[in-house]
Amino acid sequence: MERSSWASDDVDIEHASPARVYDYYLGGSHNFAVDRQMARQAMELWPELPLIMQANRAFLRRSVRYLVSQGIAQFLDIGSGIPTEGNVHEVAQAVAPEARVVYVDVDPVAAAHSRTILAANQHADVVQADLRDVTAIFDHPQARRLLDPTQPIGVLMVAMLHFVPDEADPANIVGQYRKMMPPGSYLAVSHATHEGRPDQAGSHTDLYRRAGAPLTMRSRLEVEALLDGFDLVDPGVVFLPLWRPDSPADVDDHPERFTGFAAVGRCG
Amino acid sequence: MNHADCEVFAQRWTEAIVGTSYVAMGRRMLARHLLELTQQLVEGFMAAEFDPSVGRDVGVAMVEKHFTGTDTLKETLALIAEWLPGLPTPAPPRGDVASRVAQLVGSLAAGYASALRERSLDEQDAIYRAGLRARRQAEQALAASEAKFRAMFTEAKMGIGIGDLEGNITDANPALQEMFGYTREEFTRLNVSSMVHPDDAASVWEVYGELVRGERDHFRMEKRFNRRDGGEIWTDLTVSLVRDEGGAPAYQVALLEDVSERRRLQAKLHHQAYHDPLTALANRQMVTERLDQVFAGPASQRRVGLCFLDLDGFKVVNDSLGHDVGDQLLKTVASRLTRCCGPGQLVARMGGDEFLIIVEDTGGEADMAVLADKILSALAAPVRVGGHALTVRTSIGLVERPVADTNPADLIQAADITMYQAKAGGKGRYAMFDQHRNDSEVADFTLSATMVAAVARGEFYVVYQPLVDLGQGTLRAVEALVRWRHPTLGVLGPERFIRLAEESGSIVQLGHWVLARACEQAKAWRDAFGDAAPLVSVNLAPRQLHEPSLVADVIQVLADNELDPSSLQLELTEQSLLGDDAGPLTMLTKLHGMGVRIALDDFGDGYWNLPDLRRLPLRELKLAGSFAAGLQSPCNRVDQRIVRALVDLAHALDLTVTAEGVETLAQCERFQAAGCDTGQGAWFGLPGAAEQIDALLRAAELRDAELRAADQLCNREAL
Ligand SMILES: C[S@@+](CC[C@H](N)C(=O)[O-])C[C@H]1O[C@@H](n2cnc3c(N)ncnc32)[C@H](O)[C@@H]1O
Repeated sequence: MERSSWASDDVDIEHASPARVYDYYLGGSHNFAVDRQMARQAMELWPELPLIMQANRAFLRRSVRYLVSQGIAQFLDIGSGIPTEGNVHEVAQAVAPEARVVYVDVDPVAAAHSRTILAANQHADVVQADLRDVTAIFDHPQARRLLDPTQPIGVLMVAMLHFVPDEADPANIVGQYRKMMPPGSYLAVSHATHEGRPDQAGSHTDLYRRAGAPLTMRSRLEVEALLDGFDLVDPGVVFLPLWRPDSPADVDDHPERFTGFAAVGRCG
Repeated sequence: MNHADCEVFAQRWTEAIVGTSYVAMGRRMLARHLLELTQQLVEGFMAAEFDPSVGRDVGVAMVEKHFTGTDTLKETLALIAEWLPGLPTPAPPRGDVASRVAQLVGSLAAGYASALRERSLDEQDAIYRAGLRARRQAEQALAASEAKFRAMFTEAKMGIGIGDLEGNITDANPALQEMFGYTREEFTRLNVSSMVHPDDAASVWEVYGELVRGERDHFRMEKRFNRRDGGEIWTDLTVSLVRDEGGAPAYQVALLEDVSERRRLQAKLHHQAYHDPLTALANRQMVTERLDQVFAGPASQRRVGLCFLDLDGFKVVNDSLGHDVGDQLLKTVASRLTRCCGPGQLVARMGGDEFLIIVEDTGGEADMAVLADKILSALAAPVRVGGHALTVRTSIGLVERPVADTNPADLIQAADITMYQAKAGGKGRYAMFDQHRNDSEVADFTLSATMVAAVARGEFYVVYQPLVDLGQGTLRAVEALVRWRHPTLGVLGPERFIRLAEESGSIVQLGHWVLARACEQAKAWRDAFGDAAPLVSVNLAPRQLHEPSLVADVIQVLADNELDPSSLQLELTEQSLLGDDAGPLTMLTKLHGMGVRIALDDFGDGYWNLPDLRRLPLRELKLAGSFAAGLQSPCNRVDQRIVRALVDLAHALDLTVTAEGVETLAQCERFQAAGCDTGQGAWFGLPGAAEQIDALLRAAELRDAELRAADQLCNREAL
């Protein structure tokens, strides 16, 4: 059914939300008992989850720094989650103080919190929207205020696309973004996969499905397909720690245990 | 204090705690950061004035960098407690070392714990607030949208009703209340099922059932409802099913637009389009559609009849008494006709004073005759209009056929033709369509319509019949007679087409053509035989005498052929000269004056007017064939005397007399005895080609030559 623009989505804090569960994995307290309960349950089955999330968050940080080094001065972070240590605007503005960031998240609580955090920041703001409402996002007043449509942009979909089921045709959605991105823009993606730990994937996705936030883990080929039309930056689609690590020491002996793929692509 | 030692320690520390907490740093950055903290700790540990709060500062700094994992503190405390005591001196007194380590570690743990507690509480606080704000925003948005909906609901011009799945009406907006005349209260006591209208199609409630069962999401239709006050409204109704989040049917919303006014207008326009405004009878359009319906169905055994009426002399009423009287008359006739008809019979006014009745499912022509009699007697009583008692007479054409054998256009045409036949047959009566009569009329019509083209195509030709001098037996004149060599019907005589040509007016062209053709032939004879050439006699139709150009045309044709007017004779009948128009007589006088001979044809048939013989500019009288018939029998003395008297009279008026229709020697002799000048008929020769006349002329030439030779001989002998 058509989403009504009259009634805002219900704010549901009786159920776990991926944004807050993720915060808990990262050692944050931006979460409620339901979130913690679900996170603990997941960690019991798969104790390495916090490490994986750390690796994901570390990729986010490295990719932003890489994009800034490539001259990107504006970011659209979709599925940005709850602001916590190492937010995109902090990472980017540490290097390029004028860098602008628009955060987008469908979770009303995450968006509300982001709004508070960013209240004093002239160069960053948040839009509560669904990834799929591409034009609504680009047309949003905040996006128009902060993003210059003539300049390259860094679009981030980090730990985001696995929340989009195949029926919603994520490749098509990504394609719509590509068409909106001026040449020289970049897309950074990380994505959960079953390829690193096939033994764990099943029970984990079950848990998320039961929590009402179904996960679609995808293979390397599928993740590559999502980036169709982008020129992949070296080293292409790799396990999270292997994407341009700060130092060799940061790379674990078993990078496949960090069961997510990371990649950055450039618009020609 | 040894920097290298510190670096080694910071490295070990890094190894121990990496991955135990999420911090926004890579390993190298982490090591650098921990080196700073290590130096801070060592400085504090070594200080002359020992202050354990250094430990606290380090604990707080760690939490600030988001070292929030429990294992981080455990590993850190263990490492420090193990490493600090082994640091090389200059060191504080030995006894002090253990105490300083313990205090430092304790203070770090306490600082860390309280900072973490603060941080957690802050974050908890922040997320709760975010949750509240988000909820409030959502509620505001909902309230705004509800307010919007309420406003729409109350302000809408369209009626909106909401009902549950059992059909209980739960809400109705003001527009709907006004539309139906129920208050909101009253509406909420109603059920959708009570809104049935007796004329609802069964499908209305079928689709409604499908909707509330969740088998369809909406439907739209025009439906009638009864208002509270008993009045009726037509609505454009859209009912939609609203489902809950799980997709199960939840309630129904109806949107209603009052389209009664549009409906009324449509009905009115429809009525206007199909009815005659004066009499309120059906009009021609309706007739067309009704007949189409009759013929659209399965024909099988159905029969249909038409009764086509036209008032006789209606124009006179209109012209003399005025249109108002005329209109009143038409209205009365309309209502009398309507009273004559029952179900299955449609009375229509076709325009003017023409009416048509369609009778469906007739049993045969007799049914139509019964209806026609009924109509004639219904119209028999005089119609009183504004002080006048008008007697209406009408001519009625009837046609009745099996539907399978005909079509609407043919049927109307047949009724129309038949009505004209009734009128021609004497008005105030009806006629039944007659197929044979119709066929011959159709044939006549076809001949008539193709005649002018046939003249141009050369399908007509002229034959000549001799007029012989009764005294001398010589050829005195020929009558030119026209024939039509019809491509499919063979050779047609004048009796077949002259009347049609008269009616259609093409007689003018045809007559002129015959005149020209005959004069050409006359010239040919004059050229070949000189004075022996016969007088050429050509018939003039009554209509030709009304052509103003007649005299000029005759002059022209004579001139074209260098003929003397006296070599031409024009035959006409007394009929041509009836009427008030003085034109024909003037023209005849002119032609006569020029020297053209004028003959009165067929004298004695029909009525005779002897004074005419005197009045008209005539040179010859042609006695009709009926006299020849009368003279056939030797004992018919009366006829003989009449002929003699006529001949005497004609001679007295200086007219020559020709007897027509002479077929036998006896007739010939009796006309001769009566003093007739010339004879015409089978006895003297049938009409034939010009060559036949040539032969006669040549024979006469020969005879003359012989006679002259004989004369000369006699004369010589006499000498
Ligand atoms: C695992 S978090 C990732 C946060 C951050 N990008 C990072 O990698 O550290 C995923 C976020 O995506 C958001 N999300 C899920 N589906 C979304 C959608 N359809 N549109 C926008 N955001 C969505 C969730 O609310 C959540 O905050």
